[in-house]
Amino acid sequence: MFPEIGQFSLILSLFFALSLASVPLIGYWRGNRLLLEAARPLTFIMSALVLVSFITLSWSFLSDDFSVLYVAQNSNSQLPVWYKFSALWGGHEGSLLLWVLILSGWCSVVAFKIKTLPEDVGPVVLSVLGMVSLGFLSFLLFTSSPFARLLPDTPVDGGDLNPLLQDFGLIVHPPVLYMGYVGFSVAFGFAVAALITGNLNASWARWARPWTAASWAFLTLGITLGSWWAYYELGWGGWWFWDPVENASFMPWLAGTALLHSLAVTEKRGVFKSWTILLAIFTFSLSLLGAFLVRSGVLTSVHSFAADPTRGIFILVLLLVLVGGSLLLYAVRAVEVRSSVSFGASGREAWLLLNNILLTVLTLTVLLGTLYPLIFDALNLGKISVGAPYFNSVFTPIALLLMVFMAVGPLSKWHHTKFSVFAKVCSTSAFIAILSAGLVVYYYGFGFIAWLSLAVAFWVVFLSCADWFGKVSAGTKGIIPRARQLPRNYYGMLFAHLGMVVSLVGIVLVSVNSHESMLRLSPGDNATVAGYDFMFDSMEQVDGPNYVSNKGQFTAYKSGEAVAVLYPEKRFFTTRQQVMTEAALDAGFTRDLYVSLGERLDGSAWGVRIYVKSFVRWIWLGGLLMMAGGLLAALDKRYRKRAGG
Amino acid sequence: MHPVRKKRLLVITAIVLILGAAVTLVMYALQQNINLFYSPSQIAMGEAPRHVNIRAGGLVVDGSVKRNPETLAVVFEATDYQHTVTIEYRGILPDLFREGQGIVAQGQLNDGGVFIATEVLAKHDEKYMPPEVSEAVKNAQSSMGESKASSQSTY
Repeated sequence: MFPEIGQFSLILSLFFALSLASVPLIGYWRGNRLLLEAARPLTFIMSALVLVSFITLSWSFLSDDFSVLYVAQNSNSQLPVWYKFSALWGGHEGSLLLWVLILSGWCSVVAFKIKTLPEDVGPVVLSVLGMVSLGFLSFLLFTSSPFARLLPDTPVDGGDLNPLLQDFGLIVHPPVLYMGYVGFSVAFGFAVAALITGNLNASWARWARPWTAASWAFLTLGITLGSWWAYYELGWGGWWFWDPVENASFMPWLAGTALLHSLAVTEKRGVFKSWTILLAIFTFSLSLLGAFLVRSGVLTSVHSFAADPTRGIFILVLLLVLVGGSLLLYAVRAVEVRSSVSFGASGREAWLLLNNILLTVLTLTVLLGTLYPLIFDALNLGKISVGAPYFNSVFTPIALLLMVFMAVGPLSKWHHTKFSVFAKVCSTSAFIAILSAGLVVYYYGFGFIAWLSLAVAFWVVFLSCADWFGKVSAGTKGIIPRARQLPRNYYGMLFAHLGMVVSLVGIVLVSVNSHESMLRLSPGDNATVAGYDFMFDSMEQVDGPNYVSNKGQFTAYKSGEAVAVLYPEKRFFTTRQQVMTEAALDAGFTRDLYVSLGERLDGSAWGVRIYVKSFVRWIWLGGLLMMAGGLLAALDKRYRKRAGG
Repeated sequence: MHPVRKKRLLVITAIVLILGAAVTLVMYALQQNINLFYSPSQIAMGEAPRHVNIRAGGLVVDGSVKRNPETLAVVFEATDYQHTVTIEYRGILPDLFREGQGIVAQGQLNDGGVFIATEVLAKHDEKYMPPEVSEAVKNAQSSMGESKASSQSTY
C-alpha cells in the first residue's frame, strides 16, 4: 500500500512540476499577475508530494518491506536500523529520489525567500527550477522508479547493502554532496531568469550570491566528507584518487568557485555580467554531467551504479535540452546584458578576472582528463585510462599560480590600485615566506615542490593577516569593535582562503612526508615505520551483527612508550559473501597512524599495510574552514535586506 | 592605442598565454600518463609494447595463484579464455581478488613476457567485471567462434 502512495504522489508531483514550469512563464508573457503568483503554491505542493514519496520509501526500508524490489536489493533484515534508512540512497533509484527531494527542498526555500525579488523575476526563477525538477522527476519515474514491486514472489530477506556502504560516511556524504550539486541549479535558475526577463543589474548578482555561496559551502563539505570517507573506508589510505566520479563533483566545485568570484565583481562593479551568467550555466551543466557520468556507467569508477544504457541516454537528452536550451537563450539575449563599465588593469576586477581564467582552465583540464578515455574509445583508438600522474602534473602548477594571486588579489582596490601599495607589503612578505619555507624544507629534507608550495602557503597567510590587521587597526576605535564591524562576507573570504592554505599544507606534507609500508607479519612480529614500532599483538575472531570478523590488535610505540592501540579488521559479510577491510586509525593533529589488514597468507601470517601519514587531517580541516567561509558569505547581512524596488 | 582597446588586448594576451601554457602542459602530461589496455590475446600476439606503462587484465585462472612464503610477492595468471598472461605483483591484493574474478593490473611487460604489476585492481562488487576484461573475453570468444564454430561455450 505505502509504495503505491509513494509512486502516486511522485506522479502527481510530476504534474505540479509541469505546471510550475509553464504557468508562471505564461503569466510573465501575458502580464497576468494571477498566473505569476501561482508559482509559490505550485512549488510548495510539488515539494510536499516529493516529501511524501520519500517518506513512504523510508518506511518501506525501515519496515523491511522486501516486496519492493529496490528495498530487496539494497537492504536486509539484519542491517542496523540507521543503515536501513541510509540504504535508501545506497543505490541508483533511491539516490535519485534523494536528489529530487533536495532539489524540491531548494525550490521551497527559494519560494519562501522570493519576496526579496521584484514581482516578475521570482516566479520566473521558480519556473526555471520547475523545469529542472520536471526533468529529474521524469527521469526518476520513467527509467528508475524505486517503487517497483516484487509480487507475488516476495523474497524472505533482502540482498543486503553493499558492505562498503555500511558506514557513517554513507549517511552523511551523499545528502551533503547533493545539497551542493543541486544547489547550483538555483544559481542556474537565477541566470536563466535574468536572460528571460532581461533584468540583470547589480541587485541580480546580490540575489544570486548567497545561494551560490551556500551551495558552494555544501559542495565543499560534501567533497571533504567523501575524501575523508574514502581515506578510512577503502583501506589503502588514499584521500583523493582522481576517479571520474570524484572529478564529477570537483568540476562543479571549481566552476562554482569561479562563479562566486565573478558574482562579486558583477555585484560590486557591474562588469562581467554575461560571463557570470555563462559561468552559472556551466556550473550547473557540470553538475548534470557529473550525474550523467555516475549513473550511465560510461566510465569505470569506484562509485558507479549498475550501468543501464537507457538511463545514460535519458540524462544525456536532459543535459542537451537544459544546457542547449539555456545556451541558445544566452546566445539570443546576452547581447542585451553587456556591461559598459570599464575597469583598470591593476584593479581588483583584473585580479578576479585572472582568478576566473585560471579556475576555468583548471576545470577544463580536469574535464579533459576525465573524458579523454571516452573520446579515445569513441574514436576506436583503444581502451585507456588517464592516471593520477596526469592530473597531478597539470593541476599542481596552475593551482599554485592561482594561490599566488589569491594572496595578492584581496589587497587590491576596485577599479585601480597603485602599484606602490603592493610593492612594499608583497616584497617583504614574499621574502619572509620564501625564507621560512626554505628553513622548514631544509630542516626536514623535502624537495623543491614542497618548498614552493609552503612558500605560497606562508605568503597567503602573511598577506591575509596583514590585510585583516590593516583593516582593524585603521581609525580611532579599538581593534575589537572594528573587527566586529567588518562584513561577514569579508570573513567568509578570509576563512575560505585560509582553509585553502590549510588544505594545501596538508596535501604537500602528506605527499612528501608520509611513510607507507606493506609487510608480511604474524602475531608477535613487529615492524618499524617512521620512528614508530608497531607490535602485532594478536588476532581474534569476532562476531558482528551481520558479519564475522578477524580482528587484529597492534600497539604502536614511540621511543619505547605505547602511544596507540589499533584494531584493524577483516570482515566477512555473510549475506553478500563479501570481504571488507576495516582500517584502524590513530588520528592526530600532525600525524595519523594507519593500519589495515591485507589477505591472510599461509599459517598465521597476514599482509599488513602500515602508514604514518603526516598532517593528513589538515586536508579536511581546510575543507571545513572553506565551508565555514562559504556559509559566512551566504549569511552576510546585506543579502537579507529587501531589494529596493 | 585607444585605452579600451589596449585593455582588451592585455586581457586577450593574458588569456592566450595562460591557455597556451595550459595546453602545452596538458599535452605533455597526457603523452606521459595514458595507459592503454591490452588483453591477454593481444599480449600473446606481441601487440603490447615492453617496458612501457600499460594495463592488462583478465580473469584470474583457477589454481594459478602462487605466493612466496617469505614475502608479499605473488604470481598469478589472467586469461581471456584464449590466451593467458602471467602477472607478478609484490604487495597487498584487493579484497575482491580471487580466482575466477576479473581484474585489471597496471604495470609493464618485461623481456620474458611477464607482466610486472605495480597495482592490481578488482572492483568492490562480486558481480562486476571490468568492462575492458568483459570485452577482451568477448573478443577472444568471437575469434574462437570463427575458428572453432562447434565449441559450445557457456561464458
